[in-house]
Amino acid sequence: MIVMWKKMKKTTRSNIITFGMVILAYAVIQAMVMTGNISSLFKGLLVPVCTYVILAISLNLVVGILGELSLGHAGFMCVGAFASAFFSKTMQGVIAPDGLRFFLALLIGAAAAGIFGILIGIPVLRLKGDYLAIVTLAFGEIIKNVINVLFIGKDANGFHFSTKDVISLNMEPDGVVLVNGPQGITGTPKDATFTIGVILILITLIIVINLVNSRSGRAIMAIRDNRIAAESIGINITKYKLMAFAISAAMAGCAGVLYAHNLSSLTATPKNFGYNMSIMILVFVVLGGIGNIRGSIIAAVILTLLPELLRGLSDYRMLIYAIVLIVMMLFNWAPKAIEWREKYLGKLKHRKKAAKEA
Amino acid sequence: MALLEVKNLSISFGGLRAVNEFHIEIQKGELYGLIGPNGAGKTTAFNLLTGVYKPDEGIIKLDGVDITGKKTIDINKAGIARTFQNIRLFKELSVLDNVKAGLHNHYKYSTIEGILRLPKFRRVEREMDERAMEILQVFDLDKEAQTTAANLPYGKQRKLEIARAIATKPKLLLLDEPAAGMNPNETGELMETIRFVRDKFDMTILLIEHDMKLVSGICEELTVLNFGQVLAQGKTSDVLNNPEVISAYLGDE
Repeated sequence: MIVMWKKMKKTTRSNIITFGMVILAYAVIQAMVMTGNISSLFKGLLVPVCTYVILAISLNLVVGILGELSLGHAGFMCVGAFASAFFSKTMQGVIAPDGLRFFLALLIGAAAAGIFGILIGIPVLRLKGDYLAIVTLAFGEIIKNVINVLFIGKDANGFHFSTKDVISLNMEPDGVVLVNGPQGITGTPKDATFTIGVILILITLIIVINLVNSRSGRAIMAIRDNRIAAESIGINITKYKLMAFAISAAMAGCAGVLYAHNLSSLTATPKNFGYNMSIMILVFVVLGGIGNIRGSIIAAVILTLLPELLRGLSDYRMLIYAIVLIVMMLFNWAPKAIEWREKYLGKLKHRKKAAKEA
Repeated sequence: MALLEVKNLSISFGGLRAVNEFHIEIQKGELYGLIGPNGAGKTTAFNLLTGVYKPDEGIIKLDGVDITGKKTIDINKAGIARTFQNIRLFKELSVLDNVKAGLHNHYKYSTIEGILRLPKFRRVEREMDERAMEILQVFDLDKEAQTTAANLPYGKQRKLEIARAIATKPKLLLLDEPAAGMNPNETGELMETIRFVRDKFDMTILLIEHDMKLVSGICEELTVLNFGQVLAQGKTSDVLNNPEVISAYLGDE
């Protein structure tokens, strides 16, 4: 067993640790839920944590692997959330097993966000760095605002659309309002569970990790490291940039589906789909280490749970949160901290070796 | 028929005629040098040949096919690969992955096959590994295959760049100052490598170089550029003894 472990490539080993970590965390929490050793507050956080972890992984694909800065991931999440919630609400009672309906909702949410990713990506990926960040930020805000003025209803004659109000939908008396502008979608079936969330995390992990270690992933990272050289060896820049961007958007859409199916009413507010959220996801990625998938998972979990765990401290809550952010940043990025960490970890390894030999 | 045939190639940036009526003919298997003082337009000529810039005038033919004005990636697919004056490696990738990136268009499987780890993925990746290691062996880089490219010493980074270019199976290899920053020992070794590459991979090579020892040592033919114009062209020994070339390099007395 140990021999096999040593024989493996470094990346394979690191990936196994990442998967192991997620599965172990799942097992522990699931055991706590079974035995009832968990507060209702914490229980309510389980699905949102999964949502944020998926978002962090998805943004890391753009920021860490593709090397472009996107601040529009809340927008893609929003597209996924509303597309899937709309589908689930109209199909409630039409598609028989709830599991199948939720599975289809996932596909629709991911596809819708992915298509938006491609549409936005075609013009926007010509930009670089700050410019790309600003345009994607604007996109997120546009999506949120468009959804806030969207009214959709359904009656015997079919679907009705409006951007004004419910009355201008001109529906028959038996009509049902599906999307109600700023009030969003109410009555989405609550299909999302912690188990589904973890399965989705594992799937996104497999996709990202396998993509990175394949021909396409190599092309994406080559573009990140040196665009001109990548072009000179015949790598299609637009194609691979767009591919990474669209896959990432689709994953953010998946997170949106999970988010939407955990709430009974879904609205697009600045709090959940605004630029604050996009920046929050970026914070997960930067804190966890750009390009470091495992790190961004850990950062997403800690930073989502922390404000809730510190609730008892009321006024000091945000202060401590800010301090934790700074400390994590220093620990991850400061050259001195990295040096110290390597020395310390090196010593540990050394000691283990010595213990074995003795 | 010449492998590379360039006629009347010109480009201006604003009012500056950077390359003016550049012409060159390179036979298959030749080791050809492009020299000239700083700012003569050598790298601009390379950028024109590889599609980084679109020429204002002129024709570029590779193996009889007109490639004028095509995109960089299409020119690479047509058979021209290059290295850069300031090294451009994929720094964060391993040495092996740098070469495998060069194999991108010759060993294919779809993204889905990659994500799902289908048998084709495993087979093609194994073939890629084998081919990449073969190329790395030629450059004596096989022991560093797993090293991150940025951590290689300078001379080896230069070699890796050539290895990566060769991985794209070019007909014509353009080397932009391959010996820049190397000491005489390293330069000597590089000359051997370039000759060996030409013979082993059956390649035609066009190189820009300032190091006259390297140029006179391995180039069979030379073109001298000065102020964007072709100043002299022909057999290396003839060109280097041309009084006009000497005055361009050393100045008039």
